[in-house]
Amino acid sequence: MGHAFSYAGYVTAIWLFLIGLYGVVTSRHLVHLCLSLTVLQASTYVLFTIIGFRPGLPAPIFTDGVTPGSPAVDPVVQALMLTDIVVEATVVALLLAITVRIHRRSGTTDPNQVDMMRG
Amino acid sequence: MTPKWRLIVFFIGAAGIVCLFALVRAPVLRLNEFRNRYAQQINTRTFAERNVTDAVSAVNFDYRGFDTIGEEFILFVSVLGSLVLLRMAEERKDEILLDALDRKRDVGPSDATRLWILAMIAPKLVFGVYIVTHGQLTPGGGFQGGVILATAALILYLGEGFAVFRDVLSHTAIEVGEAAGAGAFVLIGMLAWFWRRPFLTNILPLGKSHELTSGGTMALISIATGLEVAAGFILLLYAFLQENLTIEGEE
Repeated sequence: MGHAFSYAGYVTAIWLFLIGLYGVVTSRHLVHLCLSLTVLQASTYVLFTIIGFRPGLPAPIFTDGVTPGSPAVDPVVQALMLTDIVVEATVVALLLAITVRIHRRSGTTDPNQVDMMRG
Repeated sequence: MTPKWRLIVFFIGAAGIVCLFALVRAPVLRLNEFRNRYAQQINTRTFAERNVTDAVSAVNFDYRGFDTIGEEFILFVSVLGSLVLLRMAEERKDEILLDALDRKRDVGPSDATRLWILAMIAPKLVFGVYIVTHGQLTPGGGFQGGVILATAALILYLGEGFAVFRDVLSHTAIEVGEAAGAGAFVLIGMLAWFWRRPFLTNILPLGKSHELTSGGTMALISIATGLEVAAGFILLLYAFLQENLTIEGEE
């Protein structure tokens, strides 16, 4: 059971990564591109959660019947992910702000049409 | 690069990733059975060493507090970047903004919607503060609670519009709040220097477990983080709402 579960987790992570990357590559709109990037990044959440998963063990919160010091799932990867989810939201905001500037400058939001690189 | 070629490169890369995954699948599954020693140590020691019950918060705000400072400043810098990018010539902006606000005054949500929205603000604030302050006891902490607090500001905008949002939440106060949150984290870390201990050592009394005061500096760092995250998100709301109204005002 544990094996099947973690296998499904790895496959999901790879699938999210590829589908997000596909969105980035084929994107015709910068907002769509930013959102594809968040899908791509969601693959890391799944991957880290599954790395920290231990079959049958509780969450690392030692109240309500979980004896302090007893084995639990990996708290380190969970700590990494919870900060990253919040930070990611602000980074997406930064990307969207860049999108707004690009739209103001060049009048388009299609990454293929944007030609901002002038030496 | 034409879109067609980009797609071809993508599919070659995707095939590569899938091949690598297929190759490492077996070792990865074995790795999953290998119990991470560091995580095990934290799970067994957190309660005994720090009197706290949430090992995740203990990692964030104590054992790996230094990494969390890094994360916090990524957040700080991206908020700063968004604000800088969205800033325009300020005087012109205010004129356009006021025009747009004048025109929008008549159209708003119905009184019933407004009442419900406003009634949600107090529970949201209480819940946000609860999540921020109970981080060391139950799942929660400054990051999650800060976002909940920021949604209280968002819902104020939904109910009352930007004019009231701007009057209730002073831009300067929110800016100061964000800077104070980020600064407080570093200052709490530096507190340890007075005891000639390394940066971010947990030097405050650890209190009794299962109580709000447990965990020493952990609770304070959690509150500082909550302040920074909430203020950061409200500043982002400010910037994007202003930008939106400016565009509407120009049209």
